[in-house]
Amino acid sequence: MMLRNKRNEAIVALLLVAPFVAIYGLIFIYPTIRLLIISFQDAPLIGSGEFVGLENYTRLWGDRRFNTAFWNTAYFVAITVIPGTLVAFAIALGINRLKGRVQALVLAMFFLPYILPVSVVYLIWDWTLNFQFGIAMYIFDILGIDRVPVFKSTVWFMPAVGLITIWWTAGFSILLFLSGLRAIPAEIYEAAALDNASRLTTFRQLTWPLMWPVTALVLTIQLILQLKIFDQVYLFSVGGRPNDNLVLVYYVFQRAFQYDQGGRAAAAAVVLFIIVIVVSVLNFQLTRLSKGRE
Amino acid sequence: MNATTAKRLNLAGLVITLLTVFIAVLWAFPLYWGVISSLKPEDEVVRRYIELWPDTLTFSHYYFALTQTQIGVWYLNSIVTALAITVLTVGSSMFCGYAISQLQFPFRRVLWWLILASFMVPMQVLIVNHFELMARFGLINTWAGIVLPQLIHPVVIIVYKHFFDNVPKDFREAAAMDNASEWRILTRIYMPMNWGVTTALAIVTFIWSWNAFLWPFLAVTKTEMMTITVGITQVNDAFGVYYARELSAAVLAGLPVAVAYLIFQRRVTQAITLSAGIKG
Repeated sequence: MMLRNKRNEAIVALLLVAPFVAIYGLIFIYPTIRLLIISFQDAPLIGSGEFVGLENYTRLWGDRRFNTAFWNTAYFVAITVIPGTLVAFAIALGINRLKGRVQALVLAMFFLPYILPVSVVYLIWDWTLNFQFGIAMYIFDILGIDRVPVFKSTVWFMPAVGLITIWWTAGFSILLFLSGLRAIPAEIYEAAALDNASRLTTFRQLTWPLMWPVTALVLTIQLILQLKIFDQVYLFSVGGRPNDNLVLVYYVFQRAFQYDQGGRAAAAAVVLFIIVIVVSVLNFQLTRLSKGRE
Repeated sequence: MNATTAKRLNLAGLVITLLTVFIAVLWAFPLYWGVISSLKPEDEVVRRYIELWPDTLTFSHYYFALTQTQIGVWYLNSIVTALAITVLTVGSSMFCGYAISQLQFPFRRVLWWLILASFMVPMQVLIVNHFELMARFGLINTWAGIVLPQLIHPVVIIVYKHFFDNVPKDFREAAAMDNASEWRILTRIYMPMNWGVTTALAIVTFIWSWNAFLWPFLAVTKTEMMTITVGITQVNDAFGVYYARELSAAVLAGLPVAVAYLIFQRRVTQAITLSAGIKG
């Protein structure tokens, strides 16, 4: 009886996991294995090619475009991750002070951009920063700053896309900070108030340390997200200077879909793959270490 | 605390509050500006000064976008693919999460570790192989080709597993006493218990799928098969330099998710905190 039940349970379980496992095998495991294989081949976009050993990888280092892509990605991560996290934290602190409907409304104003598709974000900012008629340029005029064709300039492209990305994704981080702030018990603040602690002291000695785990989480998510940047960079590059604006995923896209070099694209994809995993693992270890010390 | 410091603190508080509201207005302004520009006649859009409210309100750009572009087909493609992704992802994830949480079966741990590991993999690196696979199946330019590679959302399984883990064991034992089958236990006890989580996850999966750009952009080459998110970026030529028309198309593309968010605000924020919280 017991035995029969156990077997029965396993059969039901296997039926329940079957749909997911089938999708997972087809769309995740198999492509991952194929990715590794063709990264060692002189393959086109579709199909296999001759085995070329490490050539696809060694060629990456001499490839100026790959260098651009690598450093642009690093630059983009640097200008978005920490600034974006700090901005979101500050905004969350501000929203946390508000109450009721006003709070819900203000949160919605910050959160709405996050809900929108990238192409909507692109069209809105393309219009706002339009060289001839964009509202930002009128403001530049009023302030006496020279107009810049933002998305056609190598210097301003990344900072502008970084700023737009922070605007677009901050809602998500704000939400996580807010739920962290709400989890801090009110008694702790009451005790601090009784001790006559100033606003700054309370923040430095209570809020900041208590919020550190959430901050670490937001930083991790942002870091992994921004390493994979593509959509915005691609859209804003159209009609501009795509080769100056390459990022890693863009490089993979360009090699595979514009030059029909599947093998070289795969090698670059593997490099990005490894970077993301190393960052994730390092991050995980660091958070565990900091938790262990407490 | 003496009176003057209290007053000073309150003043500081008031300043912070006002500043927050001011920044919120600034933050939402580009959205307002996009919407309001889409309602202005084209000659007013390109006037060389700032007008916060149009002299003449017009819906002609919306009429143009709806009748002169393929936006209707793109809507259909978006709705069908986003719904399919949502139903398939939430359904398969719920079953899988339930089995991993409640049932004993071979390779259970291995499967769980694989799911956790796939969480870290950037799906963007698989575009070449997904394209190759879909091309081999002849699925480029089809709904199935858009849907299939977007079905991996490990986070949904992880949320379900944690949710099922927290259901008290008594429910199972009582049901087992009544000789209820596993299927009955899942559909009559566990599923009704998590409708809240399920709706929350379904709404965010729908929003993610509606907003997806990179894969639908690669999987489709024919204009009439594009999703709306991709479609509206491909029509610059057809529109020429008609900013208001472009913006009206953008508003139409963003409207469904914006409305879904405004209606289900609490569910959306709940699902997002749930799925992010798991990661920590």
